[in-house]
Amino acid sequence: MKKLSLSQLPALFAAIAEKETLYLPVDAEGGARFERFTEGKTLTGELNTVRSAKDFFFPQTENLAEFKMEGKNIEVIDPRTETEDFVVFGVRACDARSFSILDKVFLVDPVDTYYKNRREHGTIVSLACTRPHETCFCQTFGIDATDPEGDVTAWKTDDAIYFEAKTEKGDRLLANLSDLIEEADDTAVKEQKEAVKKVMDRLPLKSLTTEGFGGDVMMEKFNAPEWKSLSEACLGCGTCTFVCPTCQCYDIRDFNTGHGIKRFRCWDSCMYSDFTKMAHGNPRTSQLERFRQRFMHKLVYFPANNEGEFGCVGCGRCLAKCPISMNIVKVMRTLGGKKA
Amino acid sequence: MQETMIARAAALLADGTVNRVLGWKKGEFVYDITPAVFTSEEELKSDFVYDDFCGNNLSKYLIKESRKEGKVLAFLKPCDTYSFNQLIKEHRILRDNVYIVGIPCDGKISTEKMKAAAEGIVDVQVDGETLHVDTLYGQKDVSRTDVLAERCVSCKSKKHVAYDELIGEDGEVLESNRFDMVAKLEAMTPDERFAFWRNELSRCIRCNACRNVCPACSCEKCVFDNDASGIANKAAADSFEENMFHIIRAFHVAGRCTDCGECSRVCPQQIPLHLLNRKFIKDIDELYGEYQAGEDTESRAPLTNYKMDDVEPSIVYQRGGK
Amino acid sequence: MQVNEFKPKIVAFCCNWCSYAGADLAGTNRLNYPADVKIIRVPCSCRVNPMFILRAFQRGADGVIICGCHPGDCHYTSGNYYARRRMTLLFSMLDYLGIEKERTRVEWVSAAEGAKFAATMNEFVEAVTKLGENKRLEDLRCKKQ
Repeated sequence: MKKLSLSQLPALFAAIAEKETLYLPVDAEGGARFERFTEGKTLTGELNTVRSAKDFFFPQTENLAEFKMEGKNIEVIDPRTETEDFVVFGVRACDARSFSILDKVFLVDPVDTYYKNRREHGTIVSLACTRPHETCFCQTFGIDATDPEGDVTAWKTDDAIYFEAKTEKGDRLLANLSDLIEEADDTAVKEQKEAVKKVMDRLPLKSLTTEGFGGDVMMEKFNAPEWKSLSEACLGCGTCTFVCPTCQCYDIRDFNTGHGIKRFRCWDSCMYSDFTKMAHGNPRTSQLERFRQRFMHKLVYFPANNEGEFGCVGCGRCLAKCPISMNIVKVMRTLGGKKA
Repeated sequence: MQETMIARAAALLADGTVNRVLGWKKGEFVYDITPAVFTSEEELKSDFVYDDFCGNNLSKYLIKESRKEGKVLAFLKPCDTYSFNQLIKEHRILRDNVYIVGIPCDGKISTEKMKAAAEGIVDVQVDGETLHVDTLYGQKDVSRTDVLAERCVSCKSKKHVAYDELIGEDGEVLESNRFDMVAKLEAMTPDERFAFWRNELSRCIRCNACRNVCPACSCEKCVFDNDASGIANKAAADSFEENMFHIIRAFHVAGRCTDCGECSRVCPQQIPLHLLNRKFIKDIDELYGEYQAGEDTESRAPLTNYKMDDVEPSIVYQRGGK
Repeated sequence: MQVNEFKPKIVAFCCNWCSYAGADLAGTNRLNYPADVKIIRVPCSCRVNPMFILRAFQRGADGVIICGCHPGDCHYTSGNYYARRRMTLLFSMLDYLGIEKERTRVEWVSAAEGAKFAATMNEFVEAVTKLGENKRLEDLRCKKQ
């Protein structure tokens, strides 16, 4: 385990930024967000960012290809430029887990090369939670907020920050910083883990379990009568999907620039009326079906296709942001527990 | 208040005046309240809630609800009744299928402000002007005024403009300072204004929450969802599209927006969208005479009306700002 | 001597009954106005949706002008009265967002006012030239690299 005094943190950021692009969560209007590090920017005191960290690998919009027409010829251009190496600092345990969920979608055959490219160039420094909120329920999905995944895991105490490399990429990052960080024992980290675990035990959503969900209850859950009342007030906006670290659906569209075409993809939401629109329209004609799709995907279809892993990490963003406060926790409370 | 409402709703269900009740349902926490339809006294007793966190404007739900079988009871706060009236005016709600019970409101608490004031909220006890907040990290007292939603701080009216019956006394139209921030922006230089709005609108994630919650945005198909419109888009791929969406949305509701403030309440990025709508309201008031959308169901809206001697568009070059 | 290379692109929405005929008259009278003005004929000034104006800026216009019949002379009786309110509010909103208000204009031009049409366009082009390129309502994707 490595250690750095908190007062040295700006120096550490500067040292990382000298070699690679560094992103870190900073305070901003409307809540914390990831920004590119420049001198003077400091780590937020907020628990988490409004938008999740999935933007780094799966941005909201991304150009896939460009077309230029010259007479009868169409030139196809790959707009990708060489991706630079980058470091994302301060990813929480929930978001850190979300990457492995996204990997299961984008890195299986056929591999999404745009995503893969970013994944390869990115190094994740995760940061253990010290003050979880009432909306946190990562425990439900077996995530340890006191010891998050990532290339490097960091723990921030009152006076120092501790690091542990967990992958080769992480080793390389810490090796580059060897001038600043020093060897340390893990007593302080252990103490913090113990203290935070006590808080985790007091969380109001501690009792929430995935019991009753999974790949084998498809028709039972699909036909549950409770979807009607659960979805009744849904506005059909995309807030839950867009703040969600694991929602990964996208649409591909063409934009006519007047002198060519830019083909881009952008996040899409199963809550929208034009989601997966075909010649005859959206196959899900009512909001009930769209609402059900989102939760069935996370709690039933995803585990059915991915050895039981659920498509939620319990970050609590949808709980905080849904305009009508309808969310996965309420769905799980209403439909969970029952076995066919 | 909550008990009176439940009793009244139960009585109206029992005597057959209505067959269901549109209200607010308790959540997992003290603040995460969901609009819901109740059909029995048991449901009302176990789940119905009306407190300082019931901010949702229920009027828009009545577009669909009023087209279902039987009559629906809806509890509307004063500002919700303006939205309701506006929807009646636009023939979007079938009035005969709705029974409105006006309920008093002394301002709603902003969940975002609340969370900023106290971390890890487990419970909140309202004690007059003080809120005793239980958090994961201890007890904290918060002043109610400090966490009141912005729209409630500058409340425009405590008067119900439409109802079948009232619970409690009706209030008055208030002197409101709701245009102060608009005036402040108008007084800035164009560069400052541009910087202000870029900072705000660049945070937009195009989740459409503002549009979907808006009682004035009740088009069957939004122009931004309509591929044939040529401007349909699901994400702002360029700063232009961030600007366009919000300018056009504000314009489409100009003269019809009652200033209920739902757009700003629901914005996950806390963009003060109401400042766009209020600009239109302020301009309309100043240029074409005072007008409050939703106040009545008869008058012509400012943008479907004109006078021979209206000001010329060139007035914009002469007005305000540095 | 410094030469100002910038030539603004101007979109002019002209109503079919008055202003378009006014533009025609300017042409037959051989009055000069800059070729950078692209005229789009619309049935009435009130046909101009605020979206058209934003779209013009998106696709590279530096200024947008709407021309219609004089108030009281609308071929459809009242179209230009509605347009007048809409455009006043829209221009005020653009100004509120910090977008240069001199980039948008409404002028009433009758079929007999060929001279006014040419003068208006000259004046507008000059004003927009002074402002320079439209940066605040541009769409970078539409720029030619």
